Amino acid sequence: MSAVLEIEGLRKTYKSRRRGVRNALDGFDMRVEAGQVHGFLGPNGSGKTTTLRTLLGLIQPDGGRMAILGHEVPGALPTVAGQVGAIVESPQFFPHFSARDTLSLLAGAGDVPAVRVDEVLELVGLRDRAGERVKTYSLGMKQRLAVASALLKNPKLLILDEPANGLDPGGIREMRTLMRTLAESGMTVVLSSHILGEIQLICDEVTIISLGRRVAAGPVEQVLAQHSHGGVRVRLDAAEDLAAAAELLGRAGVAVTRHPDHLMLAGVDKPATVSRLLAEQHLYVSELAPVAVDLESVFLEITATAPVPGQHRQVDQSAKIGEPGHAGTTGGWGA
Amino acid sequence: MSLYVTELRRLAKRRLTRVMLVLLVLGLTGIVTAFAFSSHKLSPAVIAQAQAESDANFRDAVKDWERSIADCDAAKARGEQTEDRYGPNCGRDWKPTPEMFDPKWNLPYQFDFRAEFGVFIAVFAGAVALFAFLIGASFVGAEWSTGGMMNLLLWRPKRLTVLGTKLAAVLTTLTGVTVVLGALWTLAFWLIASNRGTTEKVTSGVWQSAGISGLRAWGLILAVGAVAFALASLGRHTAMALGVAVGVGVVSEIGIRIAMTIAGVRFGDRWVLSTYALAWFEKKWTLVDYRSCELVQGECTPKEMLVTWQDSALVFGIGTAVVMVAAFWMMRRRDIT
Ligand SMILES: Nc1ncnc2c1ncn2[C@@H]1O[C@H](COP(=O)(O)OP(=O)(O)O)[C@@H](O)[C@H]1O
Ligand SMILES: [Mg+2]
Repeated sequence: MSAVLEIEGLRKTYKSRRRGVRNALDGFDMRVEAGQVHGFLGPNGSGKTTTLRTLLGLIQPDGGRMAILGHEVPGALPTVAGQVGAIVESPQFFPHFSARDTLSLLAGAGDVPAVRVDEVLELVGLRDRAGERVKTYSLGMKQRLAVASALLKNPKLLILDEPANGLDPGGIREMRTLMRTLAESGMTVVLSSHILGEIQLICDEVTIISLGRRVAAGPVEQVLAQHSHGGVRVRLDAAEDLAAAAELLGRAGVAVTRHPDHLMLAGVDKPATVSRLLAEQHLYVSELAPVAVDLESVFLEITATAPVPGQHRQVDQSAKIGEPGHAGTTGGWGA
Repeated sequence: MSLYVTELRRLAKRRLTRVMLVLLVLGLTGIVTAFAFSSHKLSPAVIAQAQAESDANFRDAVKDWERSIADCDAAKARGEQTEDRYGPNCGRDWKPTPEMFDPKWNLPYQFDFRAEFGVFIAVFAGAVALFAFLIGASFVGAEWSTGGMMNLLLWRPKRLTVLGTKLAAVLTTLTGVTVVLGALWTLAFWLIASNRGTTEKVTSGVWQSAGISGLRAWGLILAVGAVAFALASLGRHTAMALGVAVGVGVVSEIGIRIAMTIAGVRFGDRWVLSTYALAWFEKKWTLVDYRSCELVQGECTPKEMLVTWQDSALVFGIGTAVVMVAAFWMMRRRDIT
């Protein structure tokens, strides 16, 4: 497998006279293999859009290197642009043109045959409304138009910044199917989203960004496994033995949380050791289940953006890699 | 090439372009129509009538003169003082002459193509320049403010090419509009001149001079369009160009004029833009410093300063170039967010 997208040590500092400097990207790395659907996750303001804008040559980086399809960008952008379709942060369209006019003008500017316009309109479900002015579209319809514009070139790499924005549940599901189909046909899709259930369902790999740095990356299962913390749920045959079991496991150095009818353990490498330990004291387990974590809780944990009761988290309060002890981490067990 | 054609299409599809073009055509048609009605051909009958009118006026004047002498004599006979009222010798020396009643004054206005078409070239240039400003500014300004420019740059990540192609599309369109409407404008005034005015002495030299004025008009229109385009691109909004235009207009035409007058600067008008616009069309414009005569006794010719169309070309050329370079320079470097 070859990398379709490589980013190393990307830096971007926004300078403004009034608000001073802001390190939007602080040595960010990312790698996307060919044929994947790659999820790009991060809290608001973590630098996702900045990354994509920089990658597409809209803003100039202050450091680092980027390559698309093996070509160094932004230098080689004119060469690779024909193979990259992108939408960046709910794109705007000229409000008085119809969807068909908008796409046909883009097709004209990019040497794309005119028949492709109707193909993509069909693909995103705008066929019957294509003659209406974009001004009259709902948010979701504009989003569909944006995806259509990105698909126009039949790109090798499709970059979508929050494409599910404003879509109805049906639209989200359609988008998911569309993305899978595209990936199966060999297209590589990079997809930033907040809807983590979606990402978990359709992505092969994810990159998680927080405060301009990568905090996790890899295949979805791997990221989940790395952050499951050896969580194990234990039930005993006899519920009245739970106290004894908790004490025993506590002495053995396992972090235990007591619940009325079960125990939650953390930091367990091999669940088998738990059952042996308990069996030696004649406590028999009826259930010993590694706790499955979902992407959402992993996300909240590693970006440290899980809500804390009684606090109002501000947008820039999230995990900073390289600083020990992620403030505000609450774990977050998936049930 | 495909980008260029696309930008031409985009410009033609825009509602503002269409509405403004319609308004421009309506405005120009209005001027032509009003003007056609105010001009009257000097046919022999019209001339004869004017002659008759001035003859009658002359006869009336002679009659008045004779009556006034008679009144004066009568008053004198009564021993009254008459000098004040009737002048010396009862005004006998002031006999009206036929030359005083030139039939010309009784003629209606007749449009003279040779003498007057030049002014109408300037009027045309002014109207189309306004159109050029709005089109030039809004074409790129609206693209910036609606995000269309960003979309286009995702497609064509060559910023200078994209901006340059858009500019080329605007200038081509303006040229097309200028040529077509200019031809119609000339034709209209030619028809007015032939039917309700005069085309006397319109030699090939006259056409040549009109042609050169047309070229000047075209140049001004393109410059205005390009400056508006560049300003709107710099400010990423149509309003930016409009704002700068109003600002420059107020500062130059009112602010500088007042400041120069208060400061007593000689030839203060040479710092005012409209002076150069006038010189551009009139080929030269003379500024007169009347105050140079204030302390002079007797005859005095006020000092003059000549502004030539070459000066105008320099001023407008440099101004346009500076704004264009700034726009393209910004385009190359700026972050598009
Ligand atoms: N044009 C800009 N000027 C200054 N700061 C900006 C600009 N664009 C984004 N930022 C800041 O950069 C950080 C990253 O923003 P962004 O990449 O848009 O985040 P997101 O991950 O939500 O897409 C944020 O803190 C944001 O405020
Ligand atoms: Mg964003």
